Amino acid sequence: MKYLNILWNGILKENPTFVLLLGMCPTLGTTSSAINGMSMGLATMAVLIFSNLIISCVKNLIPDQVRIPSYIVVIASLVTALQMFMQAYTPEVYKTLGLFIPLIVVNCIILGRAEAFAAKNGPVESIFDGIGIGLGFTIALTLLGGIRELLGTGKLFGATLWAESYGMLLFVLAPGAFIALGYLIAVVKKTMKI
Amino acid sequence: MKPVISLSPHVHSGDSVQKNMYGVCIALVPALVASLCFFGLGAAIVMLASVASCVCFEWAITRFILGRKQLTICDGSAVLTGMLLGFNLPSNLPLWIIVIGALVAIGVGKLTFGGLGQNPFNPALVGRVFLLISFPVQMTSWPLSGQMGYVDAETGATPLALMKLAIKEGDTSYLDQLPSSLDMLLGQTGGSLGEVSALCLLLGCCFMLWRKIITWHIPVSILATVFVLAGLFHLIDPTYANPVQVILSGGLVLGACFMATDYVTSPMTARGQLIYGVAIGVLTVLIRDFGSYPEGMSFAILIMNGFTPLINTYVKPKRFGEVKK
Repeated sequence: MKYLNILWNGILKENPTFVLLLGMCPTLGTTSSAINGMSMGLATMAVLIFSNLIISCVKNLIPDQVRIPSYIVVIASLVTALQMFMQAYTPEVYKTLGLFIPLIVVNCIILGRAEAFAAKNGPVESIFDGIGIGLGFTIALTLLGGIRELLGTGKLFGATLWAESYGMLLFVLAPGAFIALGYLIAVVKKTMKI
Repeated sequence: MKPVISLSPHVHSGDSVQKNMYGVCIALVPALVASLCFFGLGAAIVMLASVASCVCFEWAITRFILGRKQLTICDGSAVLTGMLLGFNLPSNLPLWIIVIGALVAIGVGKLTFGGLGQNPFNPALVGRVFLLISFPVQMTSWPLSGQMGYVDAETGATPLALMKLAIKEGDTSYLDQLPSSLDMLLGQTGGSLGEVSALCLLLGCCFMLWRKIITWHIPVSILATVFVLAGLFHLIDPTYANPVQVILSGGLVLGACFMATDYVTSPMTARGQLIYGVAIGVLTVLIRDFGSYPEGMSFAILIMNGFTPLINTYVKPKRFGEVKK
């Protein structure tokens, strides 16, 4: 029950995109299609789970004054490993996400969860927090990417729903990301009564 | 006899939102007549669709999404937004694109921020720029003036496209293909509904000045800045078009007289309005000559709309009795 609560907390109550408004850079930059948003979310989730686990294990060994650099070292090593992994096994996704994969290092969701959750809780809870927050991020990015892809090109996950000439090009470009995200946040706040 | 007791002010000029909004609508009538003469049925369909969908969206969104009981469609602002949006569209635009434009103008541009008086950007221009970026092909294939039908009209290059081409290729022969200044003043060119007849727009502008709906500061400062800057470019390098044609082409007159002067989105003081006007003029010429789009008026106005709160903060009239340090 406790673990389920932590999961639920990450997906809904503290959703990093809609409620905490963390990690806006990849949210706006990589959601030009649903599949791009989802792969970015999953990549971040993988790093988040392992960084939460490692940091909660070694939290008592790290002196308080140097904890931020130590966290960054852990996160950066994980991201480098993930980058090589993606380059080897999913080269296409690696190519589309490009710079945004190494930028996961400075994603404030990961550092934020390390500081706010992993440094205060045990390893098992931290793993569940990583899964919850990661899922929340993935769902948000997939939703945003799906809306932008559908309105912009008439496709969803690459499947054509209506002709591309009916798509609004603005939603594929940067301003469309801001507009769609703004309305998504408004809808989520209204329905969740947060 | 019972005395009437009321709070001050006791004398009222009768100025109201409705009066100003419908005043601007009346000022747009000559230009509307001109566009009907030049584009016929197409202009009528585009204009009707734009006004009707703007009013419908205003009513539906305030009623069902915002849940307000008060009826705001009678104040004329939605009608005016619809008219201005219609003037910014080519006369052969498909109806569904016009409806999307109206939804963005009213929904995103205006009601998201709380309705009339609270929108930071001119709603009609938000709709236009959204459509221009979203549907670049449909928004930039203008029928030639004198094509009366709604679909399958013959399209042609506008004066602005020719000017852009002359700069890009460094060849003044493109400028020789421009219609004469008199034709551009009367409206014998291709373009959006409100881009054709500068004369009718100026007539409407004079009407608004006479009725004191707007002051001279914004339109005059924009037109003067564009004239001086374009004239300077023309003197240095003749591949840049001559300043009279620059002013008469595209949506410059429409923007300067009707869009930039929107009460909500322009600065409040006369000095602020001059700064705003000059900046719009400079940005328009820069975007037209060096940007990737042939027309820069709408972008320039939207950019300066964003700066309006800043201008209002720093350009304040001197308070009575204030000593300058």
